[in-house]
Amino acid sequence: MDRVLTGVPVPPPGRSAVSRGENIALVDLLDRLLAGGVVITGDITISIADVDLVKISLRAIIASIRPEMDRIRGEEATVTRLDEHRRSVPSRRERPS
Amino acid sequence: MTETGTYVYAISRGRPDRMSEAMEGVGGVAGAQVRAVAHAGLTALVSTVGLAEFGEDALKRNLENLDWLESTARAHHAVVDGTAAVAVTLPLRLVTVYRNDERVREVLSERGEEFTEALDRITGRTEWGVKGYADPAAFTSAGAGPGDAGRGDTARGDTGRGDTRHGDTGASSPGTAYLQRRRAQQRTDKDAREEAAACADRIDYELCEIAATSRVHPPQDPQLSGHEGWMILNAAYLVDDERAEDFRAAVTRLSGLRAGLRLELTGPWAPYSFAEEPTGEAAETEAAEEGTEEEEGPWTGS
Repeated sequence: MDRVLTGVPVPPPGRSAVSRGENIALVDLLDRLLAGGVVITGDITISIADVDLVKISLRAIIASIRPEMDRIRGEEATVTRLDEHRRSVPSRRERPS
Repeated sequence: MTETGTYVYAISRGRPDRMSEAMEGVGGVAGAQVRAVAHAGLTALVSTVGLAEFGEDALKRNLENLDWLESTARAHHAVVDGTAAVAVTLPLRLVTVYRNDERVREVLSERGEEFTEALDRITGRTEWGVKGYADPAAFTSAGAGPGDAGRGDTARGDTGRGDTRHGDTGASSPGTAYLQRRRAQQRTDKDAREEAAACADRIDYELCEIAATSRVHPPQDPQLSGHEGWMILNAAYLVDDERAEDFRAAVTRLSGLRAGLRLELTGPWAPYSFAEEPTGEAAETEAAEEGTEEEEGPWTGS
């Protein structure tokens, strides 16, 4: 019944990101638990669903890592830039050949 | 008197007695005992929780506390994972709380068909996570390095001429040379990012060939994950169990696609990312078709 969660290779420990004694990174878990799973509206948690679980918990994550906020923003922008960059490709074709 | 509610972790088709057995020694959220609530051929894994901690207002507060969030997420996962090891299991989103067990039975009855369809969809399949990282230095240096920037630019020929067209002092001017070098560097950086994105596309494409379905998660926060470089892929794949080895082999093979590329495989996961019916193209196409029939905007040409 013990199922081993393997990482190839094992991710570097990132402070609170990797749990004590377990090798599942919290970030990987939160990707799934906050944005995945069946969404059924509980009696008690009706407005939690409205507020958006991801947003609430994101505040927790950001609050816990408040130093270097700028770097986070920079890294977040990386993927956006990758996209922008794909869009920018056609501009080359506009150049005279 | 302390008010309580019923926290639901997952819905499974397993027999309730076997589910309870599998949950022996597994602590639920807030250390609560895990029980099975069965109805209409479905078994929900639940715990009784105090509303002082899991009530609406308390939850809004607690979800902003990373330690609380982490311990709750890990407890939720332990139950889901333990259940998934013995029966097909549909994980529920974190913090789904009902007034009591009776309400859970009602939900199992009302939405039974929907849960059964979802369970059918994930039967014999497992979720795997694949994360891809690109080392910016390796992706940049393989093209034109800083020293080669000028040559890289010249090699593009047409582009170079296009640039000098505007430069009235010619290529020998230090200012123009500097600008050319800057442009070349920017292009190299752009090229590197473009190549990294292309790598991610190819990896995702090849893994989708093996997987039954896939889902892309947003890139992770580097402060939490501890990763360096560009995260170019954060995806989940639902893979038929008989193809699991093919999938793993493909991940290993694709990680050697290029120097500076690193892939991480996580799993097996209970199918968290595939518990909901994909909202996908079918639904969107339907909506779009309805849209064109019912409301013709001013933008609709003849």
